[in-house]
Amino acid sequence: MSSARVFGVIFLLLALIRPAWAEEVVLGLSRSEIPITATFNGSEILVFGAIKREAPLPEGALDVIVTIAGPDAPVQVRRKERRFGIWVNASSVRIGSAPGFYAVASTRALPQILSETEDLRHQISIPLALRTVGASEDAPDVDAFVEALLRIRQEEGTYKILENAVALDEKTLFRTAVFLPPRLSEGDYRTRIFLLRDEAVIDSYETSIDVRKVGLERWLFNLAYERPLVYGIMALVVACLAGWGASAAARAVRG
Amino acid sequence: MQIYLPIAEVSVNAFVLFGIGGLVGILSGMFGVGGGFLMTPMLFFIGIPPAVAVATGANQIVASSVSGVLAHLRRRSVDLPMGMVLLIGGLAGAALGVRIFTLLSRSGQIDLLVTLCYVVFLGAVGGLMFVESLAALRRSKRGAAPKRRKHNWVHSLPGKMKFRVSGLYISVIPPLAVGFLVGMLSAIMGVGGGFIMVPAMIYLLGMPTKVVIGTSLFQIIFVTGFVTVMHATSSQTVDVLLALVLILGGVIGAQIGTVIALRLKAEQLRILLALLVLGVCFRLALDLLIMPEELYSLQIRGVAP
Repeated sequence: MSSARVFGVIFLLLALIRPAWAEEVVLGLSRSEIPITATFNGSEILVFGAIKREAPLPEGALDVIVTIAGPDAPVQVRRKERRFGIWVNASSVRIGSAPGFYAVASTRALPQILSETEDLRHQISIPLALRTVGASEDAPDVDAFVEALLRIRQEEGTYKILENAVALDEKTLFRTAVFLPPRLSEGDYRTRIFLLRDEAVIDSYETSIDVRKVGLERWLFNLAYERPLVYGIMALVVACLAGWGASAAARAVRG
Repeated sequence: MQIYLPIAEVSVNAFVLFGIGGLVGILSGMFGVGGGFLMTPMLFFIGIPPAVAVATGANQIVASSVSGVLAHLRRRSVDLPMGMVLLIGGLAGAALGVRIFTLLSRSGQIDLLVTLCYVVFLGAVGGLMFVESLAALRRSKRGAAPKRRKHNWVHSLPGKMKFRVSGLYISVIPPLAVGFLVGMLSAIMGVGGGFIMVPAMIYLLGMPTKVVIGTSLFQIIFVTGFVTVMHATSSQTVDVLLALVLILGGVIGAQIGTVIALRLKAEQLRILLALLVLGVCFRLALDLLIMPEELYSLQIRGVAP
């Protein structure tokens, strides 16, 4: 092998590797905390950032994917069947873990910008966010249950595929808005940004959004789980007082 | 105006909740039923998780029953000894009911049991009441005096006790059994159980209609109170904020209902209640019989490990 050819191969390798350090994501979030208050009605998060370059703009299309994932929890998926003329839950599959919320926003449709291997490596698309391995099953068609989970969650707005939702200006500035629905559970919402070129991830950035109940909501929730007996008795006292108060008020009104 | 419920972890319209509370309150005041049989399905419908709907429903019924029973106490239409006997049975039944509820939620069959309970009990009770009150209405139109109640097997049981307000001298076993059944249903269905207890008191125990409502409300307060605390400690499903909004609507409705009840005859009241019970029964039966649009459902809470 001639030295010139070896040089050429190295150059080619360098050219392939180079983007990994030549382009970087710099991120901003409109908010890193979402307080759940008594009037919480969902919240929109603005994810924006810039792509930092130390070299001239390389060839090829540049794409950005933003994912936001809520805390994982096991989910039992049940299917109804007709038994003795009525519809009853007949079979069920336990999904080991599924995020309570998952949104994938991208500059273009995912299959166009992300190869399957890269998707597997970084676990970007929604089905990969589920852990179905070892799903306890008394049904042979686990796939149908997984599909049902994805369908139901997409319909209720907790799983979102937001294609063409990331705006990319001047191949440098990107931004997207993701609406978090009111039906939200507490926890750290893992937020990831992927920079892609030629179906491959060249840089990524990860941060988290803290979704927490605050004030009265926080207090009630903690009391209910930490001192359930006190909470139950408080619920009773509140109910009795309200009932008595209403009765007294009604008597006063009627004279 | 949206309101976020800390335990249910959903955001719902406060005015819708207030309206549901008010409607149920009117029924509670009119018929002496807790109205839970209407409340629980409505809460399901607006997206409250079933376990939270049942437990919180019980909490709300405490308030509306306190409000209702005070009005009856002033009118002296509460048979306290009878209420105590019913209550003893009720507490035992409720303890068993909460256990059954917890077990069935784990296996995913609680919705089915709840719906089946509704259909069977509402269908039977509503049907009986409708036929009986229709006959009573016809009798009163003809101006004939109602037949005197005959002594039945209830009167031959041991352990007799005098219930002065009701004018009864009967065994404590039937009221204990009625209380037990109602307590169990209260825990499983998130209802006060008035729709079972009221007819049982009238037809089985032979109590006068006037004291039935006040006495059942008295028993319901303590049983649902017990159920509230049991659910709060065993599954953390009582949402105080949800209960409070329902209570606000409910107590106002209950006062309106009590006034309406005073202006209607007992027979008319019973026919109305019978029709309502049958309507809810029919609606729930349809859900079981018609193929659901979505065959699959998700459960996050109470997943067996």
